[in-house]
Amino acid sequence: MINRRNFLKIVSFGGGIALASKITFELTSQENNNEHKIEGLKAKRWAMAIDVQKCDRTPDCKECVVACHNYHNVPNFDNPKDEIKWIWKDKFHNAFITQENIYLPSGMNHQTVLLLCNHCDKPPCTNVCPTQATWKREDGIVMMDWHRCIGCRYCIAACPYGSRSFNWKDPRPYIKNLNPDFPTRTRGVVEKCTFCAERLARGQMPACVVACPSKALFFGDLSDPGSEIRQVLSERFSIRRKPELSTSPEVYYLV
Amino acid sequence: MKLYDGWKIILGLIVFFAFFSLPVWINLSSAQSRVKPQLEYPKDSKQCVENKDYMNHYHMNLLNFWRDSVVRMNYRYVVRNGVVLTHNGKPLEMSLTLACLKCHNNKQKFCDQCHNYLDVKPYCWDCHIEPKGGLK
Ligand code: SF4
Ligand code: SF4
Repeated sequence: MINRRNFLKIVSFGGGIALASKITFELTSQENNNEHKIEGLKAKRWAMAIDVQKCDRTPDCKECVVACHNYHNVPNFDNPKDEIKWIWKDKFHNAFITQENIYLPSGMNHQTVLLLCNHCDKPPCTNVCPTQATWKREDGIVMMDWHRCIGCRYCIAACPYGSRSFNWKDPRPYIKNLNPDFPTRTRGVVEKCTFCAERLARGQMPACVVACPSKALFFGDLSDPGSEIRQVLSERFSIRRKPELSTSPEVYYLV
Repeated sequence: MKLYDGWKIILGLIVFFAFFSLPVWINLSSAQSRVKPQLEYPKDSKQCVENKDYMNHYHMNLLNFWRDSVVRMNYRYVVRNGVVLTHNGKPLEMSLTLACLKCHNNKQKFCDQCHNYLDVKPYCWDCHIEPKGGLK
């Protein structure tokens, strides 16, 4: 039997020189691959800003939701109790439930806002996961490893934003158009938005950001003062959901 | 030396071993076990990321390693000696569906052949979507 250490040596990066003579693959290799963004998009702290005013101009628009859910094979159960959502819309007064100012500009409470996982800088969900199936990456993305999730739902209890959904049933029959390039989940697994980690790795912006016809979503590196998201955040007043919980949500709402 | 009640003991032993090995006999006599795996290899691609012998024995380790590299460490491409491997001019992702299955596009005629023969049931397919045979 090959042991783990040897295996890693053989397969890992830059390794396997000793075995190079044995390996018979003849796939072409390229030293400098400029054509493909192998590096992907990188950041020190990914974050999103949502222009509530722009988004609310088309309250029935669901382009971002459809794009995300189609891309990620998110099932559509008709029963709201089984609902799985990565990104969804709700009324302002539901989204900002602890907003204490009751004298808001007229209509604001009924504006439609877009909700998704906040990829909190201090995520309570990751602390409680017994299997490290969810964790905060170095670039701030609160990632999911569905291979590891045992479905204990601690993370659902820990998330104060309702960002996580649980698959009570096998989701496969409830996915209309399967995207073969992305996996589905199984019964007993928690899922949520991953800031399109797999798209970022290929140099693409998140599916919702690309899909928004109103260009109401800004996505970028908070640690870069020149980034577009820092630009909009410095020009417009923004709020975050339940900041008093010190989870440090990284989805900003431009109001 | 005399074996008291010898025939009873021998008979008992024969009955015992016949009964004990029953699953083997059932298996051998059933039609299923006589179907040897018949792997269909991709016609238009000739190289794999590793040699055939290695893949025969260790493809599961390779896939586990790929899985952890991609999901947990965010390393996405197959790198050998510091160089990204390409396939049809595209960098090769460490991915069951985006790499392996692009060539081995018929699960029934490839993966299932050995898995069924050995009665192993990998749960890859609970989530990863199998190509509808003959995918380009
Ligand atoms: S919004 Fe919820 S699921 Fe997302 S990082 Fe924060 S606590 Fe975790
Ligand atoms: S449900 Fe899954 S991701 Fe959530 S805490 Fe349990 S194991 Fe972790």
